[in-house]
Amino acid sequence: MVRLALKVLGERTITVVPAGCMSAVGFIYPQLCFSNNAIISTFPGTASMLSGIAAAVKAKGHKDVHVLGIAGDGGTADIGLQALSGAIDRGDKIIYICYDNEAYMNTGIQKSSLTPFGAKTTTTPAGENIRGTLTSKKNMFEIVAAHDIAYAATASIGYVQDFINKVYKASLVEGPSYIHVFAPCPTGWGIKTDETFEIAKEVVDSGLWYLAEYENGEFFLNKNPKEFTPVENYLRKQNRFKHLHDEDIEQIINARDSKWERMRRQWNNK
Amino acid sequence: MTALKKFISGDDAVAEAVRLVSPDVIAAYPITPQTVVVERLSEMVEDGSLKSEFMHVESEHSALSACIGASAIGARTFTATSSQGLLYMAECLPYASGGRFPIVMMNGNRSVALPWSIYGDHRDSLSQLDSGWIQIYVEDAQESLDMTIQSFAIAEHQDILTPVMINLDGFLLTHTYELVTIPEKDIVDSWLKPLENKLAMDFDNPKNMAFSSQPSDNTEFKYQQHIAVENSREKIIEIEKSFAKVFGRSYGGLAEGYLYEDADFIIITLGSVTGTCRSVIRDLRSEGVKAGLIKIRFMRPFPVKEIIEYTKNAKAIAVLDRDISFGYEGAVFTNVNSALSRNNNISLKMNYIAGLGGRDISKDSIREIFKELKEGLIKKPSKTVKFLNLNVETDDNINEEKDNIPQHKSEGVLLWS
Repeated sequence: MVRLALKVLGERTITVVPAGCMSAVGFIYPQLCFSNNAIISTFPGTASMLSGIAAAVKAKGHKDVHVLGIAGDGGTADIGLQALSGAIDRGDKIIYICYDNEAYMNTGIQKSSLTPFGAKTTTTPAGENIRGTLTSKKNMFEIVAAHDIAYAATASIGYVQDFINKVYKASLVEGPSYIHVFAPCPTGWGIKTDETFEIAKEVVDSGLWYLAEYENGEFFLNKNPKEFTPVENYLRKQNRFKHLHDEDIEQIINARDSKWERMRRQWNNK
Repeated sequence: MTALKKFISGDDAVAEAVRLVSPDVIAAYPITPQTVVVERLSEMVEDGSLKSEFMHVESEHSALSACIGASAIGARTFTATSSQGLLYMAECLPYASGGRFPIVMMNGNRSVALPWSIYGDHRDSLSQLDSGWIQIYVEDAQESLDMTIQSFAIAEHQDILTPVMINLDGFLLTHTYELVTIPEKDIVDSWLKPLENKLAMDFDNPKNMAFSSQPSDNTEFKYQQHIAVENSREKIIEIEKSFAKVFGRSYGGLAEGYLYEDADFIIITLGSVTGTCRSVIRDLRSEGVKAGLIKIRFMRPFPVKEIIEYTKNAKAIAVLDRDISFGYEGAVFTNVNSALSRNNNISLKMNYIAGLGGRDISKDSIREIFKELKEGLIKKPSKTVKFLNLNVETDDNINEEKDNIPQHKSEGVLLWS
């Protein structure tokens, strides 16, 4: 996902990543993985650091530079939300990609506000009394859109071309842009590594995730399936959902249906 | 040189200095008593007299995080904060110093909650003494302006590359109006060279910055950082000399000694209370008391050599701390004492905790301190750490006279009630 985004944006991209898996694995002196300019930010500070870089790029008169942030779900929807909101509000020319693997994975699978209902994490264990996560996923895409951002989109690594197109579109925007990418974590979800792509595709096909855009003040659905693949198949493949009862799955299906009912009614097709 | 004279506050003086220095990026969030700085800078950007990118950040954490980002690509950066704001950005302080980002920050010294107080003391900045920043404390508005300009020269010096925090006492300095000489911009421009940071990001030679390090490397990074701040002492003095040559003003390096050479009794201060102490010392001198003063201007790097030198003839010293490390003593006293562990001639070293949460430190109180130093040489006080002008009875008194517990006039809860 990072590689694809950088292929689109090119060498004159400054990348900001907060504390997380990517910085823990790929950013240890003297083995540093980015061949472009890159920097780790504080955990809450991805967007504010992007903003500062964007301001300095402007002040120094650098041309044709992209300022790209790549942060996880916790770094975006929880601890980094304030800074992200501020950066969007300022209208800084930044591209912010949230790779959403639905929990704090680097610290070992703890619940974030993007962990979906029912998912088991180490801080929302599934037992006899509580069956995993009780809250539903925070709606980051629409929260970002509510800032009247120049461009926002959702994507999934299961739909690669769609993601690439959206990064390209974001690169043309003069102000801030935001892409929320669904990105499975094999360890955290209890799936095999070679199932990652399939799961990321299936989540869209089953209607539990969606491909959409927000631009010029309007929402667009990029993919509007006539029929969804069974939610149960998607959930049962993953260890984190293994404990769910039929009524839990029914609740997930109902939530999906009411979301799609609203999106289909209010949003445009593309 | 035809410099302009203006009747302005300490906050205004900092803003004027920032205009002269013209950072590429300014990111700041308003907080009393720093707010005036942010307002003035915004006005200067609006009227076109300051060509900086002014970022309206949504918090202090973001202010410093943005400055780090801007500094990473070689931009000159400035921010300003106070108290709760400094603590809110605390995560970013060692981040900025560890990454060797030459950011300059003004801090309006203010007490930290709880209890809430918008008034001054040094508990905010002294709590961040180990954050790796160079810390400057100034006495008046002119020094605020001059040291803000010098802060950039210090921070950006390629052998130092360490962020600088310049501290102004809340209200006493931030909001007090004084006549300030404002130098001409072209003279400042020729004195302060543009920032060319060899460590900054480069599109031809990309860098990965703010990385992790393993236990095998971490100590070496910290050692280099330590050496940079240790060795900054000489450069700070050189920078001041060079500034004095062009602008005609200097303040005594890392610590200023005042009437110290023959002094029996020396008071050691930070910041604006120094002025009051000078005045008392002049009075005492006319009465034949050999009183003197050391004004600590830099808490980091700490003026060890100066403190030893200036106290070498002293019999007793008092450190005035607008700070308390609960369960021990004031942080300034700890540092002074550590330096003076090499000077055995001083019979009495006292620590006065004063001016917390904006309480005035009067001339009478300072006189009283000198009196106690004199008496203390004959009969050693039972305690080294004393709270100046305490309105409640001390523990000692309570233990002695349990039946005579004083009624505090406020409705605050007293621990023994």
